[in-house]
Amino acid sequence: MNLSAHLAILPILIPALAAPLALLAMRRRRGLGVAMALVSCLALLAAALALMAGAGDGTITSYALGDWPAPFGIVIVVDRLAAAMLVLTAVLALIALLHAVLTGADMKGWHFHPLFQFQLMGLNGAFLTGDLFNLFVFFEVLLIASYGLMLHGQGPARLKAGVQYVVVNLVGSALFLIALGMLYALTGTLNMADMGLRVAAVPAADQGLLRIAALLLVSVFALKAALAPLHLWLVRTYAVATPAVAALFAIMTKVGVYAIIRVVPQVFGEAAGAAAWVPAPYLLPAALASAVIGFAGVFAARSLSEQAAFAVIGSTGTLLVAVAGWSAASLGAALYYLAHSTLAGAALFLLADAAARRRGSHGDAASPGPAFAGRGGLALMFMAAAIAATGLPPLSGFIGKLLILKAVAAHPGWGWSWAWSWGVILGTTLIAVIGFARTGSSVFWKSTDGDAPPAPTNRADLVAPALALVLLAGLSAGAGRASAYAAAAAAQVLDPAAGAQVVLGEGRR
Amino acid sequence: MTYEFLVASAIGVLVAGGTYLCLRARTFAVVLGLTLLSYAVNLFLFASGRLVIGRPPIWDGAIAPYADPLPQALVLTAIVITFGMTAFVVVLALRSFLETGSDHVDGDKVACDAQDGLMKDEPSRDGES
Repeated sequence: MNLSAHLAILPILIPALAAPLALLAMRRRRGLGVAMALVSCLALLAAALALMAGAGDGTITSYALGDWPAPFGIVIVVDRLAAAMLVLTAVLALIALLHAVLTGADMKGWHFHPLFQFQLMGLNGAFLTGDLFNLFVFFEVLLIASYGLMLHGQGPARLKAGVQYVVVNLVGSALFLIALGMLYALTGTLNMADMGLRVAAVPAADQGLLRIAALLLVSVFALKAALAPLHLWLVRTYAVATPAVAALFAIMTKVGVYAIIRVVPQVFGEAAGAAAWVPAPYLLPAALASAVIGFAGVFAARSLSEQAAFAVIGSTGTLLVAVAGWSAASLGAALYYLAHSTLAGAALFLLADAAARRRGSHGDAASPGPAFAGRGGLALMFMAAAIAATGLPPLSGFIGKLLILKAVAAHPGWGWSWAWSWGVILGTTLIAVIGFARTGSSVFWKSTDGDAPPAPTNRADLVAPALALVLLAGLSAGAGRASAYAAAAAAQVLDPAAGAQVVLGEGRR
Repeated sequence: MTYEFLVASAIGVLVAGGTYLCLRARTFAVVLGLTLLSYAVNLFLFASGRLVIGRPPIWDGAIAPYADPLPQALVLTAIVITFGMTAFVVVLALRSFLETGSDHVDGDKVACDAQDGLMKDEPSRDGES
């Protein structure tokens, strides 16, 4: 067995090794720990790109841990969607880490870099695993690391929000385990591909239990994705977290979305018999509600970071409107918008931090303060991020929303749902534009009398947000290739039989 | 049959108690609620392999009814995770209480003494004397 056969495990292995090494190195030399974290992130990006290149032609790779055959051992499955999520995670991690190092945010607590690496390990594992219980374990890994990162820097506001965040997620984990227990009792397997084949054989008397298990599982994913009405934990948590951490958390809600996209077609898809598409009818109303609540929050937000947090909720809602169609076209549009909205959310959090650093005592509150140095450049960057987040041309948000609207209108059998979707998506875009214009003009345009805060000594804190904006521009310029890849990934996700054949291949005798 | 009924009832009672306590306003009750919930979850996971008494947990063609070993492994994982998380949430709640002076989950600044009925008594006593 040559080294390239083990490529699939690298995205989990690299951060798992880098975290303890960084922990040991940080005790003596900060520079060494930082270098280790950066090298780990770059290696992750390289591994993810290599996996993406391998999965690009539609091959599905299954890696059996410990070489145990598929339904009994844990498998790691790399397909187009998983590879794309890995690349997105690695890129976002690089941006967040760069910001944390350049602004010195990683020095405000003890264990920023090890926790950051464990967080990446959890994220990558959740994207790669083909086993439901292993998904739970990786969810726990990323959550435990995120508790530490969220509390990084301490302070009463973070501790208050932290208690809520931890309690909500612990209850979510308990529900996840209950759903897993029910599914295991009904199907006798935890491998997702195997479960998809066995769900149809669940006897009619147990269909009620199966439906409960399906809905419970999707509710837990919806809690992670901050889908209305389970979104209440998000805003306070993200708004008070260290900005670099909040930028990384932009992908945490997408983990929930990813889990829904992965599990529902595979386990409760066409082949599931009576339980086919059980969660589907509830997804669209919840998605529409979160889009409305999120962008209404953008309109009403009192500070830039709060606004960014609401934008995350709104974009998740918009994304799930497209997912709720469960067709290749709408899912492809959703995946393109997913990549875009993650980067746009991160850019907003980082720019809120850059503004707060320059405004002195006014922080990132959405109220006018004395004019500060370097206002023009920052205002332009904020405008670009706002254009991306709301979905105005020329950035990728516009293309993403256009794809979603097109796919939703063309969706057969949706009746009046498409009109609701169009109304909500277009209406929330308008509300978000007004909201961003309001905060933007009061922070960057209006000024009050008073002493100008001291000019920042360097502009290093603009590097990471600029990088995010450049990537968004790249996503817009390469929209053709990106959306084609997304459509291919969606088609692959909606054809679980092919994946099951690869995963179970020899194991199913 | 009665054995199943007993286990199911125990899980139900634990979940009910855990849910009630989780919805309380103060962190101590919430932590207790989370603990009860995790006990219920562990029992539930354990029972998901069916309740089998006095059988080996190893699959062998010769032994017809055997206890399912997988839920036992799952429960072990779940116990370890919830144990660690409970320890973490206790420390976090304590730290939050010490730093903000309030153990309210929603972060309202409610002085603990007033909630415990200690503060009300003191001024009235002062007024009398």
